[in-house]
Amino acid sequence: MAEFVYLYRGGEPRPASPEAQQQIMQKWVVWMKGLAEKGHLVDRGQPLERSGKIVKASGKAITDGPFAEAKDVIGGFTLVKADNVAQAAELAKGCPILERGGDVEVRPVMQMSM
Amino acid sequence: MPERLPSEIDHLFRHESGRIVATVARIFGLHNLALAEDVVQDAFSRALEVWKIRGMPDNPAAWLMTAARNRALDALRRERTVRTFAPEVDHLLRSEWTAAPALVEEFGAGQVKDDMLRMMFSCCNPALSQAAQLAVILNILCGFTAAEIAAAFFASPAALEKRLARAKKSLSETPSLFDIGDAAQFTTRLPTVHGALYLLFNEGYHGASSRGAIRAELCHEAMRLAGLLLEHPLGRTPASFALAGLMAFNAARLPARTSASGDLVTLVQQDRSRWDASLMARGFALLDASASGTQVSEYHLEAAIASVHAEATGLQDTDWSRIVSLYDLLLALNPSPVVALNRAIAVAEASGPAAGLKELAALDAPESFQRYPFYQAALGELTLRCGMADDARQHFQAALAMARNSMERQFLQERLRQVQIS
Repeated sequence: MAEFVYLYRGGEPRPASPEAQQQIMQKWVVWMKGLAEKGHLVDRGQPLERSGKIVKASGKAITDGPFAEAKDVIGGFTLVKADNVAQAAELAKGCPILERGGDVEVRPVMQMSM
Repeated sequence: MPERLPSEIDHLFRHESGRIVATVARIFGLHNLALAEDVVQDAFSRALEVWKIRGMPDNPAAWLMTAARNRALDALRRERTVRTFAPEVDHLLRSEWTAAPALVEEFGAGQVKDDMLRMMFSCCNPALSQAAQLAVILNILCGFTAAEIAAAFFASPAALEKRLARAKKSLSETPSLFDIGDAAQFTTRLPTVHGALYLLFNEGYHGASSRGAIRAELCHEAMRLAGLLLEHPLGRTPASFALAGLMAFNAARLPARTSASGDLVTLVQQDRSRWDASLMARGFALLDASASGTQVSEYHLEAAIASVHAEATGLQDTDWSRIVSLYDLLLALNPSPVVALNRAIAVAEASGPAAGLKELAALDAPESFQRYPFYQAALGELTLRCGMADDARQHFQAALAMARNSMERQFLQERLRQVQIS
């Protein structure tokens, strides 16, 4: 098994009714639970603020985020394990962010061969 | 972190939203209701972002309250040069030295206890129409959006938005939440609160929405809010107990009111084993608790009628003469054609269909009542039982033409079909 990071991008939370918010959350609960039960969940990871700073080499300039358009902002990440990138990507198809116009970037964690 | 099943946290977001908006509005002042709602919406959006990935915390309600308190402090810092807050705390919130500790104090368990109840009394302002009262109760206290309320009341979302905006403007004319510590004011406002909760329950029980005649959700909200009244010493009046009892009896019958295919089922055909026994027991307990004092309210009489049905195992052993005499009392309190119609149906059960028809004919109903589908349907039932099949068919056809939703339509079509083959 290899490790992969899911990067949750976009899916900017539109103002939703409390009932709709609860439904969104319940879908995430179910999805995460599925990952955990099948032994794929390594670390739930963290949500990220959508603001921040960018430090650039040119004169060590510090600028404000957002780093790109709202739809490109990464809202959080999770560490999973899977047989290969194809399986990791297949598992990500169940992520509820896809229903809200966001996407999941699946990136293999680089393995050091010694 | 323990994973909760969705059923364990049913409506957590909606219910907590109502509770926390009431608290923030108390602190910010009702004139800042919109700001309070923004603060809560913001806190909930952030909670969602975190919980999606981290999972639900052990005590989500406390978590949301703390998140709202933090957002409230942000809002205070941003807005305090341009706004005033609730008169009782304004001076504390203005100063950076006292704002944060004052918020911690005001969000404390002892302080927030009565906020929902106070907001409920504020919403039941007699200056608002009953429709407007229901709209703000559902929006502020129950966390329904304008679109969700519009769907429940068969209104257009735009019209509902307008109704809500007007009602909230009217509410925000007073900076403080209703003062439930003032016994005289409490007692004066209480009948309006009862009226609004009764109507809310009825909308759920047999509202005129096209999206199914029974919307258990509204019934449950009405029961939840009626329960709040019973938690307060001044709210625990005989009429409050009777109202809660009436709701419990009727809610107990909800599971049997629709068939598996979603069709309406009459009392006659209801499978009484599907009545909710624990709600029935609760109804009897509440009815007992209501039997004090000297005043008999409409809620007492309606709860008593519901209890007679609950005591019977079927139509045969229902004490119809007792029901008729309860309707007599109810009619004296509330001389409405709808009550008279129900009384006539009970008379038909007690003394035969001809007697019931006579009552219906004597009914002094306004023109608009002729267009009430249940009036025509009752005429249909009783003429049929008197053997006048032609008349019955006409009445059922008239009722069918006035049906307000697909469930009523389906029910009347089925009745009409049975008349034609008989």
